[in-house]
Formats: sequence, C-alpha cells, structure tokens
Amino acid sequence: MSERAVFSVRKLGRTTSDMVMRLGYSARFIMLTLLHSGTSFRRFGLIIRELYYTGVQSLIIILVSGLFVGMVLGFQGYHTLQTYGSESALGVLVALSLVRELGPVVAGLLFASRAGSAITAEIGLMKATEQLSAMEMMAVDPIARVVAPRFWAGFISMPLLAAMFSAMGVFGGYLVGVVLIGVDEGSFWSQMQSAVDFREDILNGVIKSVVFGFAVTWIALFQGYDAPPTAEGVSGATTRTVVTSSLAILGLDFLLTSLMFRGV
Amino acid sequence: MGRTTDLWVGLFVCAGIGALLILALKVGNTSGFSSADALQVSANFDNIGGLKPRAPVKSSGVVVGRVTAIAFDDQKFMAKVTMSLDKRYKFPKDTTASILTSGLLGEQYVGLVAGGDAANLAQGEVIKLTQSAVVLENLISQFLFSKAAEGDAKK
Repeated sequence: MSERAVFSVRKLGRTTSDMVMRLGYSARFIMLTLLHSGTSFRRFGLIIRELYYTGVQSLIIILVSGLFVGMVLGFQGYHTLQTYGSESALGVLVALSLVRELGPVVAGLLFASRAGSAITAEIGLMKATEQLSAMEMMAVDPIARVVAPRFWAGFISMPLLAAMFSAMGVFGGYLVGVVLIGVDEGSFWSQMQSAVDFREDILNGVIKSVVFGFAVTWIALFQGYDAPPTAEGVSGATTRTVVTSSLAILGLDFLLTSLMFRGV
Repeated sequence: MGRTTDLWVGLFVCAGIGALLILALKVGNTSGFSSADALQVSANFDNIGGLKPRAPVKSSGVVVGRVTAIAFDDQKFMAKVTMSLDKRYKFPKDTTASILTSGLLGEQYVGLVAGGDAANLAQGEVIKLTQSAVVLENLISQFLFSKAAEGDAKK
C-alpha cells in the first residue's frame, strides 16, 4: 500500500520534472532556430518552398471553412437578431466575431491540424531515417537548413491565412444574409463599417494570428525534432502537435482577448 | 517545380495581403483619426449615466470625436469627461455638451450643439454648458411626486 503511494508520488515528480525539462529544451530550441534564421533568409528559396507546403496547400481548407463558418454565422445571427428586430446589425455581428475571434482561432486550429501535423511528421521522419544526423555529418546545420525555413514559412503564412479566412467568412455572411435572406445590403455594409475599427479590431486580430502562427510552428517543429526516432514515436509526436497546439491556441486566445478587449 | 512553386507562393501572399486590404477597406473603417490631429477638450457633468470611454461624440448626428477618458473631479464633485474632437471641425466656445442615448436602449454618446460665440474652442479648454444624462429613476420619482402632489391638491 505504502509502496504504491511512494511509487505514484515518484511518478508525479518525474512527470513534472520531465515537463519542465522539455519546456526548457523547447525554449532553447526556438532560440537556436531564431539565431540560425539568418542563413535561411539569405537562401530565401527555402522559405518559399516551405511557404508552398504550409501556406498554399492549406488554402483550400481555410477558404472553404471560412466560407461555411461565415454562412452559418449569417443564419444563426439572423435568427437571433430578428427576434429583436435588428437584422440590419447582421453585418456587424458577422464581421466582428470573425475578425476578432473566429478568424484567428479557427484558422489557427485548421493550420495546426493541416500544416503543423505535416511539419511534425516530416521532421520526425527525417530524424527517424537519420537524415538529420547525415546533415550534421556533412557539416550542414539541420536547424538552419530544415527547421528555420519551416518556422518562418509558418510564421508568415498564418496571419495571411487568418485574414483570408475572415474575408471569406464575411463574404459567406453576405451571401446568406443579403443574397439569400434579403437583409438590406446598404445597412449590412454601412453598419459593419461603422462598428469595425481598423486598429481596435482588425489589427488586434492580426496580432492574434501572428502569435498563434508562432506558437503552432514552434510546437510542431519541436515535437518533430524531439520525436523518438521510431514509427510509433513519430505518430505520437504528430498527435501531440495537434493536441498541444490546439490547447495553446485556445489558452493564448483567452489571454490575448482579456488583454485587448477589456470591456472598456 | 521551382517556377510554379514561386508562382503559387506569390499568388498566396498576394491573396493574403488582398484579404487584409479587403478587411481594412470594406469591413473596417480606417478613418479613426489619431490623437495627433485631435483637439482635446473636457466637460463637467453632474451625472454621466452609462457613458463609457471610446463612446462617440456627435454633432447633428455626425461623429466628430471620441470620449478619451472619464474621471471624477473631487473638487467640484462632478464627472470630468475628456474627449478628442476631429481638428477638421471648429466649435464655438459656448457649445453645449449633453449626454444622449441613441435609440431607447442604445449606447450613450456626447452630443454637441454649437452656440453663437465668434471664438472657437481651443486645445484643453473646458466646455461650460453641459446637460447630464437622463436617469430613468429620477424621472420616475419626479413623475410619482408630481402625481402625489396633484392628489394632495385635489383633496
């Protein structure tokens, strides 16, 4: 009985210290990546190649889900607003909820599961097949050659994807609200424009998406780099990337929202 | 592969920046003037009701500024509302500031009604003529008291 208690306490301590150690290792990893990114900026072709994989290939899912999220917002918003007789505020509702919250968050979640998991799997597999060690043998720094370009590609593409998501969502809301249901087009746009502030709403949304892009690519790269070099290890790391970065996005979103929109 | 990749990435970046531009121009308003070209004036109110910072300042229904800060003045025991007005518009010194409500349940804003003074409001000046927010409880109690007074008179 007492032996089991001691064992569980020991296990708890071990898990905690492991977690703290991994956190320290990942911080060291991201610092190293940032320090070595000078080389990848000189060879910008590498970043462009990774932009193609992380950004361009995530386009379809981002655009389609943005459209559908906007259309659903249009339906639900209309349904709620018409009970108060203020259907004309539909544009405000759709635009504010997309630009402030849904755009960055949902685009970030999709980005984590589409691009983040791919990054982890790719780097994990490179490690498992000893490509990274081979690079080191040839005096090529794998962090500068493999990790840094992917980091910057994710960092650049995430805000762009979030902006496209929001724009597509507003278009979806317009399709449902104005074209399908028949909310007055003039009041839809004019109320939206008078309520959405560029600095207060749009720039804050962009800041959010930049932070999410940083967090997701960091987590994805680190999980891949740190994955046990086995098939099982890589698959586990891919799962952890999606779970951890989703949680990170939601947690960071709460933090940023409470900083940005304090209700004044 | 190389050239098509470049093409796609270029299109991707253009589309992203285009989306940002659409959000900025079509969805949002960039007209929010910065504090550099704004006129800071303040006004003292007996009661500001539910006025909040960043509430609009309107004149004839046109937004001419924003409320920047609300504080309590413990010398006069009044609320001190600081607002920044767009420099494009000039208001005479005897402008009246009142706290109004848009619609029955809408947000509260500061309404400015221009007076006839030849001199204009300058930076940091205080608007002297103010009208407080209408507090519904006071209105109701006034109504009840006047009704009660009427009842007494009839007796």
